[in-house]
Amino acid sequence: MANLTDLTIAEAQAGLAQGEFSSKEITEAHITAIEAARDLNAFVTETPERALADAEASDKRRAGGDVGALDGLPIAIKDLFCTKGIQSTASSHMLEGFIPSYESTVSSKMVDAGMVMLGKTNLDEFAMGSSNETSYFGPVLNPWKRSSDDQSLVPGGSSGGSASAVAARLCLAATGTDTGGSIRQPASFCGIVGMKPTYGRCSRWGIVAFASSLDQAGPMTRTVRDAAIMLQSMVGFDPKDTTSSEMPVPDFQAMLGQDIKGLKIGIPSEYRVEGTDPEILALWDQGVKWLEDAGAEAVEVSLPRTKYALPAYYIIAPAEASSNLARYDGMRYGLRADGENLAEVYENTRAEGFGNEVRRRILMGTYVLSAGYYDAYYIKAQKVRKLIADEFSAAFETVDAILTPAVPSAAFAHGEKSDDLLGMYLNDVMTVPASLAGLPGISVPAGLSSDGLPLGLQLITKAFDEETLFRVADVLEQSAGFTARPGEKA
Amino acid sequence: MSVDKSTVARIAQLARIKVPEEDLGALADELSKIIGWVEQLDEVDTEGVAPMASSAEGTVLRQRDDVVTDGDCREAVLSNAPKTTKGYFVVPKVIE
Repeated sequence: MANLTDLTIAEAQAGLAQGEFSSKEITEAHITAIEAARDLNAFVTETPERALADAEASDKRRAGGDVGALDGLPIAIKDLFCTKGIQSTASSHMLEGFIPSYESTVSSKMVDAGMVMLGKTNLDEFAMGSSNETSYFGPVLNPWKRSSDDQSLVPGGSSGGSASAVAARLCLAATGTDTGGSIRQPASFCGIVGMKPTYGRCSRWGIVAFASSLDQAGPMTRTVRDAAIMLQSMVGFDPKDTTSSEMPVPDFQAMLGQDIKGLKIGIPSEYRVEGTDPEILALWDQGVKWLEDAGAEAVEVSLPRTKYALPAYYIIAPAEASSNLARYDGMRYGLRADGENLAEVYENTRAEGFGNEVRRRILMGTYVLSAGYYDAYYIKAQKVRKLIADEFSAAFETVDAILTPAVPSAAFAHGEKSDDLLGMYLNDVMTVPASLAGLPGISVPAGLSSDGLPLGLQLITKAFDEETLFRVADVLEQSAGFTARPGEKA
Repeated sequence: MSVDKSTVARIAQLARIKVPEEDLGALADELSKIIGWVEQLDEVDTEGVAPMASSAEGTVLRQRDDVVTDGDCREAVLSNAPKTTKGYFVVPKVIE
């Protein structure tokens, strides 16, 4: 029997269906793997007892012939999703010990589909970060290392625990959330598939809010097919989220295994961002060639305002965050610090509860929203956002998908960028534009750097065209033939 | 535009976050750096452009029927409160 932690979701589904192994067996294998890999710090909360109970219930359902789409599959949930009866922290001291009495819509759909809940994965505090170093519960380690040294590397962020856990075979898949690249960037750093659907596909209800006009949940998996399978159980209209989409949900897997002959793939030269690793640019050229060899036509497209996406994002996201995080006042839930009067209790609670990056972003957001600056910064950024979205719309009148790098660099070492604020923000330069426009994007592992680290390519399509996204991603994945895994030195 | 220590103190007060005096200088430098960087947006001509508040623009926001959909869950609502008594949240004195 194959190693049960090495299976893809599709393989695990087949094995369970054929009775080659039980959910209990595959779940126990993952619990053992998690215990053996605690040095990665990928989990904030492990839930082995819940996982075993889920697995036994799944095996019973299977014996009765009634199984759901994710039945018996051991999966981890980013600790930004509220999970009923399980501590949900957003990796913040503010929410340490917070035990929701409700389940987020996305995780609830996955529970209904029969998933086995392995635990809650670590993240940057309130999903603010690109290296998972801002977590109150400590940094996460990337299971990959450079072939040239033994330094510990960051897994990317904010969904760093999820990315690390999927890459290290601690779970078959995990959920992530993506505001400016928090699924796609860590997926690239850890050599896995990370997919952000169109804004509105996944309900935001029960996910701790960061920047509500941007936040989207999505799957983090080891294959494109697995992403399609998992996404199917995450999406759907939810009346509890006012921006939840009523668009019909297609069968995402139906698009896999189809050819891409005649599809037009846009190549935007503006993504040749200064400072991007030349190896990544070479991989991008290779990616274009792969898609051409598969019968697609590469077309130059121009997205001239791409360089303004990141500064616009760093106005809009902090502004929304400062508003969203106003709810942490120490009164109804979360941390409460002492103080002489009400104002002091608020101020002390928020000083104690928030880490440095969160504090910085709240202050930045408060500043750009304050009287006298609102138009100059916040409204200006929203206008630039509109221009960026319009540029994408224009491009998608002539192309079916856009191919870009997913990140400007491979994973870096812990502490390497801690003193370089803007350098850290630049991690999201390739992913933020699609976020601002609300478009679906996917990072597919496409190659290794000369130092043995995974590098991803990103595909973007127009809104609600995840079908084309998966169709092209599937071909890209097969062309790249990425089989490397962490822990194997080249 | 650069931000000075008194501006940081003012926005920290607006954001209800106590910032120790010794942190003000470093925060002023960091915020000035970020603000200086985002000001490159001034290069973009946005004359006549409608600000985009959400990716869901163009879709009509729904209103649900004005009926009770939830309730009878006082224990659950209070279960994470820092302090409660007799089924109520306990908060610091609000009116002096």
